[in-house]
Amino acid sequence: MSVRTTEILVIGGGPAGLSAAIEAATLGAQVTVVDSDLKLGGQLIKQTHKFFGSKDEYAGTRGYKIADILFDDLRKNADRIEILSDCTATGYYPEDGTVTCMIGEESYFRMQPKKIVVATGAQERLIPFPGNDLPGVYGAGAVQTLMNVYGVTPGDRVLMVGAGNIGLIVSYQLLQAGVQVCGVVEFMPKVGGYWVHAAKIRRLGVPIYLQHTIVEALGERTVTGAIIENLAPDCTPGGKRTTIDCDIICMAVGLAPTCELLWQAGCDMKFIPQLCGHVALRDPSMRTSHPDIWIAGDAAGIEEASSAMVEGRIAGLGAAGACGHGTPEERKERFAHYSERLADLRAGEVGEKIRIGVSAAGVQKWEE
Amino acid sequence: MAMRLIQEHPILDFEHGKKKKVRFTFDGTEMEGFEGEPIAMALHAGGVRIYRETPEMKRPRGFFCAIGKCSSCFMVVDGVPNVRTCIIPLREGMSVETQRGRGEVRSEEERGV
Repeated sequence: MSVRTTEILVIGGGPAGLSAAIEAATLGAQVTVVDSDLKLGGQLIKQTHKFFGSKDEYAGTRGYKIADILFDDLRKNADRIEILSDCTATGYYPEDGTVTCMIGEESYFRMQPKKIVVATGAQERLIPFPGNDLPGVYGAGAVQTLMNVYGVTPGDRVLMVGAGNIGLIVSYQLLQAGVQVCGVVEFMPKVGGYWVHAAKIRRLGVPIYLQHTIVEALGERTVTGAIIENLAPDCTPGGKRTTIDCDIICMAVGLAPTCELLWQAGCDMKFIPQLCGHVALRDPSMRTSHPDIWIAGDAAGIEEASSAMVEGRIAGLGAAGACGHGTPEERKERFAHYSERLADLRAGEVGEKIRIGVSAAGVQKWEE
Repeated sequence: MAMRLIQEHPILDFEHGKKKKVRFTFDGTEMEGFEGEPIAMALHAGGVRIYRETPEMKRPRGFFCAIGKCSSCFMVVDGVPNVRTCIIPLREGMSVETQRGRGEVRSEEERGV
């Protein structure tokens, strides 16, 4: 197996990873980004809606256009950033700090970096119900990939499960793509996402079944329908059941951080419900308990692309700083700036859950 | 079967007409798709929903996460099992087959390593 080296290895080419790479490169580091997908940009390239947040993180710009801005920044630093797409990091070997990588399906090499930023993103959650393994039960991100990246019609009639922001936004995107949405099922008595997203699909006549859950996917070989059930106010089952005629059941029931590599590296991990799963503990520079590994984005806790980009900046700064790039003053100034932006994004009532989560995952300073 | 593609969209322009079409086979039947796009996209556009059969329960499985993380869309491609068809690019003349069971991992000799 061939061995390659790099100064900073960024694992994951989504908003967090690309921001980390750009930040580290502008300080003078040599960076390699590996991404398992064919296209860079992670989930950003699938987002056709305009972002909220602050001006610094391109509020008012559509997600895939934000990805274009990051790609521009990558090109400006092309002499310092090497990009490997269709390249999956498959394992971390603590004995010598090697990351094994796979190009396509059968071509492997060993990567020996000085520092690593893990920005591996998230994976889709599923909830248990009979038939949830049938073809036609798709993750919301997968439906976005089909219709927003490759322009493939996902199906004829879609039942959306989950009325958080992702469920609401993807429902609207389905309507834009000319696909019928037969309803949105939500376990809670109110929608979890922003009201503006719910209002858009309600105006177009899509029913939102609050206090409902999916109890079965129908079909022998592929999905042909679904049974949903009304829950009592105390969430006990047994209420009225409705059969929905659909060929796609789109699951928007949450994400979990992808952190296998961090477990392999022996990072201190903790289950933090507000961050949606097990995450690595981190200091303010996003460094984990492993002195050579930083984290950023959804891999550090499920949040949003805007904050993922700022976390990426912080992690890239930390990793480049640890390699001796930039002056202490410069690094301090940049760090203060990014910390302030992150705090702004997490301000107010909507940021409360995240603030609790990051505080529970935070360590002031690792012992040297 | 014609590919089911989104032709009109208020925000996005997919430029399907500018992409290069290639031919491949799915379980021996000829299909078409766009070169360099994931295999699963061409299958889905061509109406194929079942990609493999589970080893124990023989349940059908298809597309699920589309980011190469869940293993639901594993298929046998040009004789190689467990190919993540959602992120592996389509090439002219590929042989794509429904995967039954776990699939035999090829030796280094067979892979030409």
